[in-house]
Amino acid sequence: MDILIYGIVNSFSLALMAIGFTLVYGISRLPNFAHGAIYVITGFGVWWFIHKLHLNYALSIILALVLMGLIGAGVYRFVLIRVRGMATSEIIATYALGLAILEFLRWRGFKGMTYTLPVFIEGSIQIAGVPIDLQRIIVIGIGIVVISFMWLFTHYNKTGLALRGMAQDEHAAMMLGIDSDWMALIAMAIGSILSGLSAVVLLPLGNIVVEAGYNVLILSIAVCIVGGLGSWGGAILAAFMIGFVQILTVRYIQSHFHMVVALLAIILTLILRPSGLFGRQKELEERV
Amino acid sequence: MEEKYEKVTSTIERRKERLDRGIKVRTEGIYAISSLEEVAYLLLPRLILITGLLLLPALIPSLYWKRVISITCIYALLALGFDFLANFVGLVSLGGAFYIGVGGYMAAILNKYVGLSPILTIPLATFSGAIICTLLLLPALPLRGVYFAIVTLMYPLAIARIIEALNILGGTDGILGVAGFPSRWIEQYIIILIIIFALFGLRRLVNEDIGLVFRGVKDNDQAVRASGLSITLYKSIAVFIASGLGSLGGAYLSHIYMWSGISQFALDFSIIPIAATVIGGGGTLVGPLLGCFILVPISEFLRAFGTLRIVFYSLILLAFIMFRSEGVMVYAQRKYHQFERWVKV
Repeated sequence: MDILIYGIVNSFSLALMAIGFTLVYGISRLPNFAHGAIYVITGFGVWWFIHKLHLNYALSIILALVLMGLIGAGVYRFVLIRVRGMATSEIIATYALGLAILEFLRWRGFKGMTYTLPVFIEGSIQIAGVPIDLQRIIVIGIGIVVISFMWLFTHYNKTGLALRGMAQDEHAAMMLGIDSDWMALIAMAIGSILSGLSAVVLLPLGNIVVEAGYNVLILSIAVCIVGGLGSWGGAILAAFMIGFVQILTVRYIQSHFHMVVALLAIILTLILRPSGLFGRQKELEERV
Repeated sequence: MEEKYEKVTSTIERRKERLDRGIKVRTEGIYAISSLEEVAYLLLPRLILITGLLLLPALIPSLYWKRVISITCIYALLALGFDFLANFVGLVSLGGAFYIGVGGYMAAILNKYVGLSPILTIPLATFSGAIICTLLLLPALPLRGVYFAIVTLMYPLAIARIIEALNILGGTDGILGVAGFPSRWIEQYIIILIIIFALFGLRRLVNEDIGLVFRGVKDNDQAVRASGLSITLYKSIAVFIASGLGSLGGAYLSHIYMWSGISQFALDFSIIPIAATVIGGGGTLVGPLLGCFILVPISEFLRAFGTLRIVFYSLILLAFIMFRSEGVMVYAQRKYHQFERWVKV
């Protein structure tokens, strides 16, 4: 029973972490490999607003999220736009940026046990005899809200539809009057806000550490790739598969294998089916 | 590509024109040997590079910086492999650390558990490392572009975590007590000779018939397939060569530090060669080598600042990718071979 409950919690955390990356990479084909760095700076940003500027918790969260949106848009406007269309340069450039941010934070001494965010509501409840704290319930709740909101956004909103159109065929989208730079800017901003949101929800469960940046990036890539590019259903299913397999390996094999699961999932999926479980896009471009 | 060379400045009436120097054209064929001047034009850059590399250990007195030279050369091997794979075969491999790690562990195992001397372990580790890397990457070879890049980025991370989790091969401590080199001079000159050999060997290779096929795989793999050639075979040959260079570097690294551990799978070995290639100029093979000799010593200066050096070289990488993606060497070659003048449009 506790495997089921913690599996669900873990899966929703993964889905939350990955949803920003999935929106940006899966839907709009902009690899934002600074995703993990944005996750971590949101954490430190909120911490800094609370402890150095003495703002209240809700206000700091909102401020931090707005800031992340600006950073995401800035990354597109000043970095990605220059290497647009060269897929590997996009990856290397954003990855270098993320690396620079994370290692700068590490150099400034943002590490160790001292950086934590308060939970939203204290306390825990029992579900079927398993104790679970309220923050984890909130993770599930926000996960469901965000996922359904994003699904509706990309299916029934003009902007959201434009984002998907751009991923499927950029030239055709441009002919239909979609400004691809503007759309990409929006996608990056929303993706970064989602990444920040997941940080705000998930970080109270532990410490804010720089390493989390790398892990979040790997997990997001795993969910996005296993699920299939451009498929929300696939991404959610992938989050559940990886989430449960992680909990099962930690329970029955060893906790060290936590990340190995995600890494092997990426490698195997790319080798066997680069489009992922549910991706149907551009299969001919992926392999010879 | 044409527009790139004809930069329009201030007004529309004038533009910069670039033309090949006469001597460049004259030295392209066999008649280059007809005059001393032309021979010198061809040999000078190469001789400067070779003598510069050979003199380097003698010119640098401190023991610490001599060690840095060896490390730079190891990065240069990786960067050569990266440039070869990315710009001549079209496989962007972000996993330099994978080759280093496999080679390093192979050398350590052969030395420590089998008891061979470094003269045997280095070639054996190079060869077996290249075979292991090629076999492990074989399933990923049909992938194109970004997908191959992501898989190769994940390989070293996965292997390091697996070694850590299973606690095999010395676990987090690594394999200690690997034999070292008898003297610093031998250590440096062997690796310097290796990189000179690797550089000119690869340059020769890409101009042979097989080099044409490699470039065909990069530009239009379907055309290569239509010619009845197996793409996977050629890709695996290329990966074998590049991973062999990396494994050689790894084996050397293990013997230099007399230790082999999971930090050989660290990101440094994946990022620095890429940064060096971008800075030096991709597709020139000499560029990555120069890039390493620029980047690694600077990063070594910054070692006192801890992880700030990673910040530093990732920012340099970012800046070069964004603003000067041609790199130093392409720029230098253009200046050497061509002259510029303003012409009226």
